[in-house]
Amino acid sequence: MLRLLKWLVLLGVAGLGLGYWFTRPATLDPLAMDGLQGDAEAGALVFAAGGCASCHAAPDATGEAKLILAGGHAFPSDFGTFYAPNISPDPTQGIGGWQAVDLANAMLFGTSPTGQHYYPAFPYTSYDRTSMKDIADLWAYMQTLPASETPSKAHDVSFPFSIRASLGGWKLLFAGSEPTAVEPTNAEMQRGQYLVEVLGHCGECHTSRNALGGVNYDAWLGGAPNPSGQGRIPNITPAALDWSEADLVEYFTSGFTPDFDSAGGEMAAVVENLAKLPESDRAAIAAYLKMVPPVE
Amino acid sequence: MRLAKKFITLTALSLTLSAPAIAQDAKAIDGAVKARKAQMSLYAFNLGILGNMAKGQADYDAAVAQGAASSLLALIRLDASQMWPAGSEQGAAAGSRAKPEMWNNMNDVIAKAMAMQAAAEAMDGAAGQGLEAMQAAMGGVGGACSACHKAYRGPKE
Repeated sequence: MLRLLKWLVLLGVAGLGLGYWFTRPATLDPLAMDGLQGDAEAGALVFAAGGCASCHAAPDATGEAKLILAGGHAFPSDFGTFYAPNISPDPTQGIGGWQAVDLANAMLFGTSPTGQHYYPAFPYTSYDRTSMKDIADLWAYMQTLPASETPSKAHDVSFPFSIRASLGGWKLLFAGSEPTAVEPTNAEMQRGQYLVEVLGHCGECHTSRNALGGVNYDAWLGGAPNPSGQGRIPNITPAALDWSEADLVEYFTSGFTPDFDSAGGEMAAVVENLAKLPESDRAAIAAYLKMVPPVE
Repeated sequence: MRLAKKFITLTALSLTLSAPAIAQDAKAIDGAVKARKAQMSLYAFNLGILGNMAKGQADYDAAVAQGAASSLLALIRLDASQMWPAGSEQGAAAGSRAKPEMWNNMNDVIAKAMAMQAAAEAMDGAAGQGLEAMQAAMGGVGGACSACHKAYRGPKE
């Protein structure tokens, strides 16, 4: 009996170890980014397309202060409240001690330099198809931003989600995005797909999720409950959004809808970012949205 | 005189908004929400006249543009002191999309309303002065609309 118990305990430990091994935080080869020379100017556009400042700037920052990535923005959710961390170049409070490959590991795998899993409030579930060139450019741009000594705020997450190792299982189930059912037929749509599905991470809010927070890919961009309050994030598939491509480009530029309502909430910040991109990028997003399968 | 009136209006607004939640008649709240939406519709209608000209979807007409800009300015000057009663936030009042944060940040709300008024005044001065002047004033108006919507409007139900 005692022997059986011993075997069971051993098996359990082995199982846990195996489980941990399968769900351990993934990383790139430490030399993966070597030889990639980033272009800060191009990185500024990656930064805008990715909406980095919308979450990582201080909550009330406006204008130039949006480039101080001090963190602190709160994200209430069903799992607790997440706080965007300081990702300014400050060596102590920010990510001044990182290498480019650390940014790549964060964006592609949701893995920190110390080998921890990040919570998917950081949308690596979308960023994981970012090109290595864009990451190198973004890294170069982020070096040029002002440092902030504001310490990052700890997340306020309840058990069992407070155990970061449990995120390994979550990642196994839900991370690893693939291009959606949309099949681009030209370079513009392809660019639009990359901007919407990857850098813009539009699906993070505009697509509903299952009980564990995994994205429902079969209802891609079909709208979802507002994760942090009243109302719904709208369905932006052709089933609900009948604006012309020119209407969409206008909205992404000035924030005005065809009825001359103006963008509000999180989308107003998105429009501020999109307005910084070349018009061809806004047109690409519009072209992509027109070919997304309608979700009724 | 105008400044004094503005001051009284804004003071009244801040008092209404910062006063502890007084039990409001549901019908009065419903009326306030409807009045707000009516005001917003009139903003959009007049902005549409200007915006369609700015985008080249309508021919520029100085008199029509000036009329729309004057209406916009008249709208922002409406007395809003009774239009935002406690209990008329999204989730509490049907059809409302005003975030509850509005009532905790009244100084900022008033600052944003003043910015909207400044943008509307600039548009009022520019709209009749040619297409380019009008187009140049459009960004300020859009920015003022968006600044408040960004902070204080929730998504549709």
